Amino acid sequence: MSGVRVLVGTRKGAFVITADGTRANWDIAGPFFGGWELYHLKGSPVAPNRIYASQGSGWFGQLIQRSDDGGRTWTVMGNAFAYDGIPGTHQWYDGTPHPWEFKRVWHLEPSLTDPDTVYAGVEDAALFRSTDGGQSWHELSGLRGHGSGAQWAPGAGGLCVHTVILDPADAQRMFVAISAAGAFRSDDAGVTWKAINQGLRSNHIPDPAAEVGHCVHHVAQHRARPQVLFMQKHWDVMRSDDAGDTWTEISGNLPSDFGFPIDIHAHEPDTIYVVPIKSDSEHYPPDGKLRVYRSRSGGHEWEALTNGLPQRDCYVNVLRDAMAVDSLDACGIYFGTTGGQVYASADAGDSWQAIAHDLPPVLSVEVQTLTD
Amino acid sequence: MTIRVVLPAHLRTLAQAGGEVLVDVSPPATVRAVLDALESQYPVLRGTIRDHGTLVRRPFVRFFACESDLSLESPDIALPDAVVAGDEPFYVIGAIAGG
Repeated sequence: MSGVRVLVGTRKGAFVITADGTRANWDIAGPFFGGWELYHLKGSPVAPNRIYASQGSGWFGQLIQRSDDGGRTWTVMGNAFAYDGIPGTHQWYDGTPHPWEFKRVWHLEPSLTDPDTVYAGVEDAALFRSTDGGQSWHELSGLRGHGSGAQWAPGAGGLCVHTVILDPADAQRMFVAISAAGAFRSDDAGVTWKAINQGLRSNHIPDPAAEVGHCVHHVAQHRARPQVLFMQKHWDVMRSDDAGDTWTEISGNLPSDFGFPIDIHAHEPDTIYVVPIKSDSEHYPPDGKLRVYRSRSGGHEWEALTNGLPQRDCYVNVLRDAMAVDSLDACGIYFGTTGGQVYASADAGDSWQAIAHDLPPVLSVEVQTLTD
Repeated sequence: MTIRVVLPAHLRTLAQAGGEVLVDVSPPATVRAVLDALESQYPVLRGTIRDHGTLVRRPFVRFFACESDLSLESPDIALPDAVVAGDEPFYVIGAIAGG
């Protein structure tokens, strides 16, 4: 019997929500690490009961937790994130140089092949790797050492590596996205990096088509077609067919092309999902209606998915790492809101149910599809 | 000598310690010596009270003893006699801020 495990990070703890393959009845476990911010939890694709979690607080800093039993019990791992060498400076909000300072781990990306290897995207923007199950961390400093690093500036949420993608077809290839620097690709397992922002246009920066400076919110890749990337930028939904070398806009008929998450149907590489948000100054859905938009054509043409979602007086946000899909048939889609709801669709978005109603604000959602 | 340390609730949970924590410190008893002993006894606390590398106090963590705020003092300042004698604890406090 298959099942689904939804890993939910919130402002005040982590929750593990499970169901069998019917996805009809859900059980909520937690809060784990109550009172702490859980920016992200993610399980190893090769050892699903191994889950890494980023736990932190403004008072006591960053912790990394690891579970080896599917989230029932947890062990504190290493939390020493030291930049390689002399960190130098990036740009501050006012354009002045500002020292690189570690603040938190935004995203944990377990290796596709080794349960003990995991990557951490952090603020201030850098990529770290552990090869001992999270006990020790070492910076892949070629990213921060990219020639443009001194020009990177934080977005409203900070200068953070929030997206880490490990290419399933090429062990040497990785992607990251940074707010507000842009997207980067490595073709040598993280040693050197190339900015991949050609075609992005951001009207709020001095040179709208600059090599770096774009506030990329999230990037998604389908494992069956890894050269195609989809991006939710600050404004604009974008697509690349050449592994990020060039991008074209696919916002089409969206009611707003501002938003945070973007994800792809597990079995249909051209079926993508976004959650339009009204604007960068009004972080809630247009018209008070929470609508997921689905394109079955790889962009441009979008349909609103509303069945089961609140269609009046709804003013929540959906953050960049708070949407995920399972790989059951039919594909399940999940997302969490800043209002503490977690919504699930067991029919690729046609209908939705709230599987959690009143959690703390949701920061991240990941889904594991489990088989006996 | 043994120093009594009161941790904030989140750090007590993290350290799996109930109530006060007792740490053994070699003279002279200073803030630095207490924190070194605390982190040695409870390695999970490393990085939560002070920075891993610089050992600088985290901004929203404060140190108190005998109703005195020691947060801005040198970490090498001697602790009050009452703390050294075990009559008073050394407090690690999370600042009242945020939500």
